Amino acid sequence: MKTFQLTRATDSAQAIATAAKATTAQQGAEIRFIGGGTTLIDLMKLNVEQPQKLVDINRLPLDKIEALPDGGLTIGAVVRNSDLAYHPLVRKNYAVLSEAILSGASAQLRNMATTAGNLLQRTRCMYFRATDMPCNKREPGTGCAAMTGVNRSLAILGTSEHCIATNPSDMNVAMAALEATIHVRGTKGERSIPIADFHVLPGKTPQRETVLEPGDLITHVTLPPPPPGSHSLYLKLRDRASYEFALASAAVVVTVAYGKITRARIALGGVGTKPWRSTEAEGELTDQPATQAVFQKAADAALRGAKPQSQNGFKVELAKRCLVHALKFATQTA
Amino acid sequence: MDSKSDLEPVVSAAESGTAPTTAGNDSVHVKLKINGKDYALDIDPRVTLLDALRERLQLTGSKKGCDHGQCGACTVHINGRRVNSCLCFAAMHEGDEITTLEGIGQPENLHPVQAAFVACDAYQCGYCTPGQIMSAVALLKEPCGPDDAEVKEFMSGNICRCGAYPNIVAAIQSVRQNVKPQKAG
Repeated sequence: MKTFQLTRATDSAQAIATAAKATTAQQGAEIRFIGGGTTLIDLMKLNVEQPQKLVDINRLPLDKIEALPDGGLTIGAVVRNSDLAYHPLVRKNYAVLSEAILSGASAQLRNMATTAGNLLQRTRCMYFRATDMPCNKREPGTGCAAMTGVNRSLAILGTSEHCIATNPSDMNVAMAALEATIHVRGTKGERSIPIADFHVLPGKTPQRETVLEPGDLITHVTLPPPPPGSHSLYLKLRDRASYEFALASAAVVVTVAYGKITRARIALGGVGTKPWRSTEAEGELTDQPATQAVFQKAADAALRGAKPQSQNGFKVELAKRCLVHALKFATQTA
Repeated sequence: MDSKSDLEPVVSAAESGTAPTTAGNDSVHVKLKINGKDYALDIDPRVTLLDALRERLQLTGSKKGCDHGQCGACTVHINGRRVNSCLCFAAMHEGDEITTLEGIGQPENLHPVQAAFVACDAYQCGYCTPGQIMSAVALLKEPCGPDDAEVKEFMSGNICRCGAYPNIVAAIQSVRQNVKPQKAG
């Protein structure tokens, strides 16, 4: 690990001013905020991340979960994943979020990991994590070793010829289906970013993963009120029963009235380069009966653009079945 | 990036809300509260809580397995919650209540979970055991369901290469159910 200067932020404005001196808010930034550290310290040990300065934001007053007047929820940036997953309002109104978080990592890691940190979680692509291998995300222009290498766990949606790294987060998938809004404070003031616009596709610049600019501090995330009568569910398929990243996962939020789907929000995990919201699947479901045939059409639509690599072709069918099952379970309880 | 000349303190502590904790390669002075006892250390900011415990304070109950938060051998409690101490910088934990295996029980006064591990033969080589016990003690206060399957899920962050899992589950369940510890199967 390279050495670094550690500072503790007691004030958001100063934390932002400090981080604004970095050349990027992304991978390789020389100044980083540190929350739970579960991604950052891991990657610093591998020399994948080499920040020169760390700003500890754990003591900023961003640790609250509170109901909003409109029936929604606000979640502070440094709220721990376990606190979020077990919060009574989350369990009651946003089951998909609780289930997604509890399906990820281990109890220890969930006690450490934060809301904002999870949003910025880095890929588990083994080439990204190995500094002796080419990787366009870690070292732009060096190539992608995964294309011709071990790519079984990597993405089939949203890939480019430069990067096929999967976004590993479960929480992000639920947040995408819940249409969360990410609130950021930066040098130019505050702004709100819908989660669909927060993560960016790799394209020619896989080193850029989000729209964040230097100095931008995620302060909180808000969730809209749960649609009346809606049911939500997270289904995760993986190589082990626990403590493993998704091969495919589905977050669904559906409203069914008299056997007909009146509203659907669908996101997939484990298959995309970003948390994969599928408006195509939602289109196939809306105003249709809650039947297996309709679920199948939605799944086909969600995976229509899939580009499998040499070892992950199975994910196309796996993701479809995952979504069909998730819809079946969610509408059974509806 | 070994030179410290290119590293300036971010701001002066007096004039802003971002207090410098360290400057470059300089060691940082940190006070840690471990098992109710105060310790003062001068450490490199890169030192993890796990390394501070083991290498500086001779609290070797916490074990280093993977050093990447994957195996759970380093599990300690911070403010009553279990965490991977290998993924914590020690300098970030001033003011926190840290509990290690040494603070859970002693050979002449075992914690009920420790006694159950002995009675159930819940280990083979024993290397993962401190982490298993720290997780198990934390689990007692977590919203874990009554079944073995839920205990397994809650304990999945602690890997045992010897495969003592059935007896680990039996030991934990005996404590939760307040019954005489019995080996699995």
